[in-house]
Amino acid sequence: MSAVLIRNARLLDPFTGRDEIGDLAFRDGVIVASTGAFDDSIDAGGQWLLPGIVDLCARTRDPGATQKGTMRSESNAAFASGITALCLPPDTKPVIDNTAVVIRVNRIAKAAGGAYVYMLGALTKGLEGDALAEISALKSAGCVGVTNGLAPVANALVARRALEYAASLGMTVHVVPLDAALANHGCAHEGAVATRLGLASIPVAAEAVAMRQWISLVEDTGARVHFGRLSSARGVELLAAARARGLPITADVAAHQLFLTDAALEGFNALAHVIPPLRSAADRAALREAVGSGLIGAICSDHQPHELDAKTHPLPLTEPGISAVETLLPLGLRLVHDGVLTPLALAERLVRGPAQVLGLPGRGLAIGAAADLCLVDPSQEWRLDAAGMNSVGRNTPFIGEAFRGRATRVWRG
Amino acid sequence: MSDTLQLTSDGRLRHLLSIEGLSKPLLTEILDTAEQFADSRNSRGKKFPLLHGKTVVNLFFEASTRTRMTFELAAKRLSADVLNLQIAASSTSKGETLLDTLKTMEAMQVDMFVIRHEASGAAHFFAQHAAPEVAILNAGDGRHAHPTQALLDMFTIRRHRPDFSQLTVAIVGDILHSRVARSDIHALRILGAKEIRVVGPRTLIPAGIEDMGVTVFNDLDSGLKGADVIMLLRLQKERMVGAFLPSTGEFHRDFGLTRARLARLSPEVLVMHPGPINRGVEIEGDVAYGERSLILEQVEHGIAVRMAVMAMILSSTGAAA
Repeated sequence: MSAVLIRNARLLDPFTGRDEIGDLAFRDGVIVASTGAFDDSIDAGGQWLLPGIVDLCARTRDPGATQKGTMRSESNAAFASGITALCLPPDTKPVIDNTAVVIRVNRIAKAAGGAYVYMLGALTKGLEGDALAEISALKSAGCVGVTNGLAPVANALVARRALEYAASLGMTVHVVPLDAALANHGCAHEGAVATRLGLASIPVAAEAVAMRQWISLVEDTGARVHFGRLSSARGVELLAAARARGLPITADVAAHQLFLTDAALEGFNALAHVIPPLRSAADRAALREAVGSGLIGAICSDHQPHELDAKTHPLPLTEPGISAVETLLPLGLRLVHDGVLTPLALAERLVRGPAQVLGLPGRGLAIGAAADLCLVDPSQEWRLDAAGMNSVGRNTPFIGEAFRGRATRVWRG
Repeated sequence: MSDTLQLTSDGRLRHLLSIEGLSKPLLTEILDTAEQFADSRNSRGKKFPLLHGKTVVNLFFEASTRTRMTFELAAKRLSADVLNLQIAASSTSKGETLLDTLKTMEAMQVDMFVIRHEASGAAHFFAQHAAPEVAILNAGDGRHAHPTQALLDMFTIRRHRPDFSQLTVAIVGDILHSRVARSDIHALRILGAKEIRVVGPRTLIPAGIEDMGVTVFNDLDSGLKGADVIMLLRLQKERMVGAFLPSTGEFHRDFGLTRARLARLSPEVLVMHPGPINRGVEIEGDVAYGERSLILEQVEHGIAVRMAVMAMILSSTGAAA
């Protein structure tokens, strides 16, 4: 089946703004004109065809924590859900802070098949926050950006130098804005729910203070910063103000933040324990609005699969994170059903937005582009059940929920 | 959540995890049952056969003296076999998880666990994973709940002021870290207290506590004005670390209940404290055992209240004879 014709699909190409019923063909992994002979011809019956999803943050747990997931299990779980490329943050064991690890991860990823795996390199050695990692070498080895993830950078001076150094290499610095001192090992949004349940809390200021610091340093250095996993209305305001001043700052949000609030923690539900935490309904509304307007240009999964044991403790002692690649597109489709996004805008947030953040040469559905494709049935009704998940991690608060729409076929060029 | 977990389908106590979710009739029934046990204590040494043949394990992952002792006495007066286990948190970090501990003990045919743990939600966790015939009694989980303390507090208040609808209650001190405060607030609300106040510096008042139905005061004198009951909380001495407070001395100056402050209040005002007290911090020494103090009564009532809860739970699960 090296040559395939997909007929009668709603073609959604966020790179050109194309949204029309039509045919698309590919041969040997490259999109070609839809004329001539094909090995296989698929009648899409009006299903949506979009370029494969690019997930800005998905942990495969491999190398280092393969009881939670392997490259094979997670990249294939992602792929089956419409994600043809994912971006792995450097907090593997060992940390992705040198070329040897990059080469190793590339080898594992290639053997695993599934989604293509891009990597963010560590901003500092060992993610310890003190000394710069060899960012130039990481870039040469193929890293598409650098980050310290949730690990704090020692101080503003190190942060400023890291931005200067990365900027001189043209590398985007990905920042998960969460001030470690203010977060103070909390496990829930500061508010009435955490107070009633007696959970150590993380104020919105933990995000706002971190963003303000990084924005100030961007003003100084002109470095390109991408804020990952925004969680609050104040974070959205700071992003809007920075963008209005023309600063080279982009942002994403994890899909679960657009649907859940801290109310999901009721009953000490450890499956809703994520960092940054699920916040208030007002925060959720602001995030949805920012996704709708495009201020937040990308939606990611923030996939963090866990083994059962990691969540089998009293909530504060559980490991944070949601197994999320399999709900990224379905939750995105909910945004379309809810009227937050048009189908084309959803493709924009799931494909073009993240591809631009990573500087990928995405060319969408154009002839000559790689045939990274995702066929979506937007109306198929299904229910997420644990046994049916492809990820090793079944840790998701969406278990048992009904969804409308999912990926039906996925191809990687 | 806790209400569906801790009650049977017909609304009886199955576990006691939190005061939140208990109905006023059920809460009142617990207090009434405790009255029967408290009365019969006049004939000293009397034992009840209600839990004969039952095994109760006090599983304490946090240090405790008085709470553990009163649970032990309560179980013994109900004729249960009692095992006390003080487990250092470090031993669980060596590989055995909380779930392993539970399952191991369950295999020894335990009927009830009385559990205290530093993590909020630990009792819920136990209840979610316990075998159907095993009951969980929360003796304090993190900052979340300490339901039997709240029950004994309500029991003590009721003996002096039976009409909660007339009561203004001020809870003073470290509300942020206090499971006692949270459970007392729920109980006072359920019983219909007129006004519930929390009093302390901003650093020790958690965000959004107003949603629990309380009024916040950052000044002691205004917080105590017109109060009928003052519930003091223990201030952990390590609160100076982390910049919650500058010193215990300054806390005492601004939020300590002194004889002079007490003299300015109604002579009818009642003073309570869950213990152990920090003399010269949240309370001046001679106020603690003064004529308005109910502190020792609280300790005594702890036994009757815990007997009541144990008896009600083990009878509603059909386990009691």
